[in-house]
Amino acid sequence: MANPNKVDVAVMRSMLSRARGLGAAKSGTAHWWGQRVTALALIPLAVWFVATIIQLSHQPRAAVALWMASPIHAALLLALLAAMFHHMQLGLAVVIEDYVHANRTRVGSLLLVKAATGLLFLASAISVVRLAVAG
Amino acid sequence: MSDVREALMVGRGSTGKPVARPLSPHLQVYRLPLTVILSITHRITGVGLAIGTLVLVWWLIAAASSDAAYALVSWFLRTPVGYLLLFGWSAALWYHFCNGLRHLGWDFGHGFELSQSRASNRMVLIGTVLFTVLTWIIGLAAQ
Repeated sequence: MANPNKVDVAVMRSMLSRARGLGAAKSGTAHWWGQRVTALALIPLAVWFVATIIQLSHQPRAAVALWMASPIHAALLLALLAAMFHHMQLGLAVVIEDYVHANRTRVGSLLLVKAATGLLFLASAISVVRLAVAG
Repeated sequence: MSDVREALMVGRGSTGKPVARPLSPHLQVYRLPLTVILSITHRITGVGLAIGTLVLVWWLIAAASSDAAYALVSWFLRTPVGYLLLFGWSAALWYHFCNGLRHLGWDFGHGFELSQSRASNRMVLIGTVLFTVLTWIIGLAAQ
């Protein structure tokens, strides 16, 4: 016979982590925060980007490569691309989650957006690095 | 029933009997306040800017590839369609930028009063027009 005084506890852990927002989704508010942090980063980067595009729009290819050869220019452009594509992926995911209700279509389009933004980031980042290094 | 508004106000009581009463604000009969229009515009410009990144990526890949590829993207952006797209994306960028700043203010708990929202509506619209016009004045002068 089981000892009536023995308390059977399987997990010595409180539910505090769930109460702190790490519920069933396990990711808490990371998505929301990610959107805001990238937005903050994009405030100066977007202004700098528009100024840059104005400067480069009438230049030949060689001048673009020369501009990109500056490590500061290349680093800022890579930072912009990283923040922008991450912000874009998070934003498009919210739009899809709001309007696409059929489970397969929703999960499919979320994965598609993730793949597309990832590939666009890689393609543009490699282009920047190639311009910066090889000219 | 005199018009479509009344037709849309038919609901059912708890007994299942049809009653005439207002339903939730319906897009066909509810004049959207400016705040609501600007809210959905934030999302529309966001999706538009996401499409616009395709041209940025094209431009970067072309610049990293060859003179011919770069000449092609330069030619495209100087066609009337190219200029129209660039103008649309610049306006969308500045709108999303200004309204995004307002969103960050809201995230910190500022500006929720109706009078403040109306004032920030105006600031977002004025900021968008100002920055877009400024961008094109500087941009075209640099050509």
